Amino acid sequence: MGKAAKRKRKVSVPSTAKGPVKSAMAMVKSNPFEVKVNRQKFNILGRKTKNDVGLPGVSRSKAIKKRTQTLLKEYKEREKTNVFKDKRFGEYNTKISPEEKMIRRFTLERQKNYGKKNIYNLNEDEELTHYGQSLAEIEKMNDIIDSDSDTEERGTLSAELTAAHFGGGGGLLRKKASSGQQDEEEEKPKSRKELIEEMITKSKQEKQERQTQRESALELTEKLDNDWKEIQTLIARKTPKSEKKDKEVEKPKPDEYDMIVRELGFEMKAKPSERMKTEEELAKEEQARLQKLEADRLRRMHGLDEQANKKKPSHVSADDLADGFILDKDDRRLLSYKNGKINIENEEEEEKDGEDEEEEAEEGGKEDNGNEEESQEESASEDEDVAADSHSDLESNVESEEEETAGNKEQNKHKTNENESQSVEELDRKMEAAKSELPYTFAVPESYETFKSLLAGRTIEQQLIILDRIQKCNHPSLAVGNKAKLEKLFGFLLEYIGELATLDLPELRTIDKLVLPLYNLCQMFPEAASDSIKFILRDAAHDMEELIEVKGRATLPGLDMLIYLKITSLLFPTSDFMHPVVTPAFMYMSQLLTKCRITTLQDVIKGLFICCLFLEYVSLSKRFVPELINFLLGVLHISLPKKRAQGYTVVHPFSPVGKNLELLLVCDKKDLESWQKQNLPLSIVTRLKETSRTEMNHIRLSCLALCFDLIKKCAALYESLPSFHEIMHPVRVLLTQHVPVNEYPEKMQEWYHSALKELENKVKQYTPLISEKKKPVPLKQYTPKIVKVLEFGRKQGGSKKEQERKQLIQRHKRELKGAIREIRKDNQFLARMQLSEIMERDSARKRKVKELLGSLSAQEGEWKAMKRKRGKN
Amino acid sequence: MARAAAVADCVQAVLGSRASANRVFELLELLGGEDEEDAACAARACGRLFGALLQRGELLAGPLPAEEACLAGSGSAEDKYKAWMRHRYQECVAGLAELMGHGSFRLKELALCTLMRFVELEAKHPLVAAEPQGSRTFPRERLKVVVDGLLPINEDASLLISRFQEYMEYDDVRYFVIKAVTGSIAQVMQKTKERPLPFYQQNVFSLISPINMPNKESDMVKFLAHKQAFEKMWLSFLKHKLPAGLYKKVLVIMHDSILPYMNEPTLMIDFLTVAYGIGGAISLLALNGLFILIHQHNLEYPDFYKKLYSLLDPSIYHVKYRARFFHLTDLFLSSSHLPAYLVAAFIKRLSRLALTAPPEALLMIIPFICNLFRRHPACSVLVHRPNGPAGMSEDPYIMEEEQPSQSRALESSLWEIQTLQNHYHPDVAKAAAVLNHSLSEIEDDLSGLLELSAYELFDKEVKKKAIDVPLEFEQVRGLFGKKNDIFAEHFTLD
Repeated sequence: MGKAAKRKRKVSVPSTAKGPVKSAMAMVKSNPFEVKVNRQKFNILGRKTKNDVGLPGVSRSKAIKKRTQTLLKEYKEREKTNVFKDKRFGEYNTKISPEEKMIRRFTLERQKNYGKKNIYNLNEDEELTHYGQSLAEIEKMNDIIDSDSDTEERGTLSAELTAAHFGGGGGLLRKKASSGQQDEEEEKPKSRKELIEEMITKSKQEKQERQTQRESALELTEKLDNDWKEIQTLIARKTPKSEKKDKEVEKPKPDEYDMIVRELGFEMKAKPSERMKTEEELAKEEQARLQKLEADRLRRMHGLDEQANKKKPSHVSADDLADGFILDKDDRRLLSYKNGKINIENEEEEEKDGEDEEEEAEEGGKEDNGNEEESQEESASEDEDVAADSHSDLESNVESEEEETAGNKEQNKHKTNENESQSVEELDRKMEAAKSELPYTFAVPESYETFKSLLAGRTIEQQLIILDRIQKCNHPSLAVGNKAKLEKLFGFLLEYIGELATLDLPELRTIDKLVLPLYNLCQMFPEAASDSIKFILRDAAHDMEELIEVKGRATLPGLDMLIYLKITSLLFPTSDFMHPVVTPAFMYMSQLLTKCRITTLQDVIKGLFICCLFLEYVSLSKRFVPELINFLLGVLHISLPKKRAQGYTVVHPFSPVGKNLELLLVCDKKDLESWQKQNLPLSIVTRLKETSRTEMNHIRLSCLALCFDLIKKCAALYESLPSFHEIMHPVRVLLTQHVPVNEYPEKMQEWYHSALKELENKVKQYTPLISEKKKPVPLKQYTPKIVKVLEFGRKQGGSKKEQERKQLIQRHKRELKGAIREIRKDNQFLARMQLSEIMERDSARKRKVKELLGSLSAQEGEWKAMKRKRGKN
Repeated sequence: MARAAAVADCVQAVLGSRASANRVFELLELLGGEDEEDAACAARACGRLFGALLQRGELLAGPLPAEEACLAGSGSAEDKYKAWMRHRYQECVAGLAELMGHGSFRLKELALCTLMRFVELEAKHPLVAAEPQGSRTFPRERLKVVVDGLLPINEDASLLISRFQEYMEYDDVRYFVIKAVTGSIAQVMQKTKERPLPFYQQNVFSLISPINMPNKESDMVKFLAHKQAFEKMWLSFLKHKLPAGLYKKVLVIMHDSILPYMNEPTLMIDFLTVAYGIGGAISLLALNGLFILIHQHNLEYPDFYKKLYSLLDPSIYHVKYRARFFHLTDLFLSSSHLPAYLVAAFIKRLSRLALTAPPEALLMIIPFICNLFRRHPACSVLVHRPNGPAGMSEDPYIMEEEQPSQSRALESSLWEIQTLQNHYHPDVAKAAAVLNHSLSEIEDDLSGLLELSAYELFDKEVKKKAIDVPLEFEQVRGLFGKKNDIFAEHFTLD
């Protein structure tokens, strides 16, 4: 096809005389014997067809011509080695326009001839040409009309032309006549043109008249209306009585009695307001809410598409107007009062709930102000009520109670850590005291500096109150700009927390409290909260990437990032299949565990903290985190004495040989014996204050215990994974073959054994995989498949990539077919040519033979005649 | 300043009249002196002085007799002067060569530039007798001094070498440097008797690795000789034991800046096979050069696939050269004539190792495995075995087996990929879930995935526009306040 196209172009370029060809085409087209109409089966609106009329004769002759010009030439020159070179300037350069080509050729020719010119022949003028044609020639056949210039009016002569040549019978003459001989013209019979002009002017006139009429009528009606209005009052008096009565009923005269009756009638009755819900109902509602939320969470965890659920076609009633109007709830607001305020917005309800709760708590606090023990119990029971549905929650509470009784110090910790309601109570009591000092209204700070100065020097409780008041005073429902302001507050609070965490002595207790207002703000503005946390994550990841690029390695971030990651798990559901904040956090943590060097004990603690984070993140969804296992394996590895690792391989950032080996190795017997499991204080991460060897060793052992516990938790978590044993294989090898259990203190051995038990008592069960069955290809049916056609000429269905592929295949097929056809025709043409050649040759030979025979017979005849003559003579 | 003026004066005097030629000694003395500033000054002056002398032809050309002999001999005063001056020139060159070992980089650079200027001028005004063919002679001796100065045995001279690279643009300089380096290696390494010299080898490498060989024959007259010299240099460099870091560097550039310019690339076979046998990252890197030899030079490598199979260990997903390695592995496994057991063993091993891989590697390896399934439908029993034995207690695949044919991979199933369907990264989980269904026929395009980095992945995730943000509904009670919080068990907020 491509070749054919080229040929076509080549042919079309030299043909300069278009006119005659065109006219010939037109003749052919008009000839019914030349035209073949391709009948269409169906007429389809909007479809353009190119090939509804074909000209077989023309196209055939074109094809033959093309072939004689190219293929035949090639064929004839098939055994010739010398090649004809076309050295004409720019013959095959399509970029140069023909005119320019001509000019260049002309100049070249002139240049070539310039030197050779016969200097003695003065008369040798070069031939003058116009468009390559000799002027002399043109002069000779002067009657040729330039068909290119006026193709439209071909055949007819223009007015100017006729006027110039024949004096003109038309316009020019008429103009003269119109000035001088008007009278004469009136008497003349009107020409057709004039008649038409007359008609047009007439109709225009009529039209105008009609318009003026309509306008005047309008004016009149308007006037009439006005008049009517003026006299209407007069007529109204005279309406018949019946009508009058009706009117009076409609518009009653305000009567006092009536008014009272009506007022009484319409007055709002002491309508039963919504009944106070009983405890059980409240609990039930809460349970239902939680259940719904949990179901939502599960759905997100499995990565089911929310949109798909939402877009289920709802039932459409037969009476549906299809105007998209759905009355989903009665939003006519009832005026109601609550706590002495107008209940304005639904949005506020949440807030109110919170407040109510607080108030309740406050009441409780007031009641049992003195007796702390009682209040604890009550709070616990409250908790029980609220969370009666979830069994585990209950257990945890029971546990906490138990622990409370166990140890005094422990109790204190738990009071602050877990028993939220109690802390709220305490808080409230202190609030009372603080309230006397703090102002009641706060503007939202505009910058971080002002925010910081607002909180600086206050106690935790005061800070909380301030934050609370800022929120209340600037509730988004109160003013327009409040939303943006409070959104900013979230960012400030986050930054503040980060700063607290990076202090030399991190104020983790404060952060612990500040998480509450953070959570509340996050509930109010999820988008803003997610954006600011994402921003922090991006910054941190960016910094790390830069470090890696510059130094080739990165270090684990400070405590602030760890706290941020922890906060992320508090604010957002970490079990989602995909979550705008949690997924990047996952990625970031994965990078931390794989890219960062572990060189100090602090690094190990940070790493273990991140491991804990990972475990917490996936605790519900049970997702597989390879980095976690790798890291734990590495931590175990660095707790062993140096030797060749056998049976397992550690991966980056740990290496079988390297600097960080034996980082967690403890050899000192005394230290081993004196060790007690202790919770690692997070402040270690920023600075290691215990410098004594024993302390360090104890920390090391605690890390190891933590590692064992994490392995145990991992084992419990990933139990259900099909290749659980393969995942845990290196860890198991390390635990059973390399860890020096007997040297460990007893407590540690307990940790170790519990971890190992968890690993070992899993059944090995492998069932061969079976991929999901293909949907059977449905049988072809006779009912037509109805496909919405969005665009004509394009195959529907499939993704973009698929479509592109299909198109390519289609085009390839078409090209192939075309090429095959072309080749076949070429061969046919060649065969024809060969045949005709052979025929020609044969006929020539026959002719020659005939001639020879003829001449021979003539000779013979002559000879015989001679003989006869001689005989006669 | 005064010193500079004095030096300039000295140069003027020497150039001005032959009578004051003895003042050259002042310069030479300064050149060998302790003071850095003076030495720099003198080096510059020497450059100017001898440059001018070379141009004027005031140095004796041809073989140089010993100084005493020449002074005592019966030549014209002109000849004597020239010979004497030539000796001074020689001294100056020696002094400059010494300066190239000086502590300060500025002096080194200055000495280098001066010497190269001498090289340039000597090439124009040769001091040795022209060779009979009439071709220009090149001052090899001078260049050898430079090269020796560039390749100190006990310090890293990469800075100076990078300064020198601009001279390597010239064909003749390059050619003779190559020759000089070859000689130097032979000389130095012979002395040390196979003990690696990390600094020296590092220097040699940084000198010869950026050599840009011309691509076309037309660029140069003696292309073949050039190529041969290049080849000889590399071979003599690689003949000796290299430190591990250098090994990697050589292998990294092997395929695009060494092999194509060698006259006989097959000579690299020994080096590459040894490197391939070393194991670890070095083996991975040797693969590339080996591939070129196999592909373009008909190298037969016995047990190639077995070796490739044994290269697969957990580190392949974590090393820097991951993209390169998997690109090649993809090439090697692209043949549809490979036996099914081999491909199955590869699939099984790759996926087993994927259990420790980071997400960016997983996103690459899962489509990789899918492609293998597409090319080798016989392996599909790994994901679909309808009538298999239920309730096996072990995975039939033997990970420790080194022979792919003995690994029993075809009897196993891809539980690893099933595990990865539970991966925390949503894209990985989705990619792994593809194998649950029958695969489409079109192969996945790996080129974009090979170079994927963790940061890109993170960036993509962060930049996604969130439609809505689900929130945690459980009320917080403090930092470690969740129920069953792991942190509360092990950490305190102190």
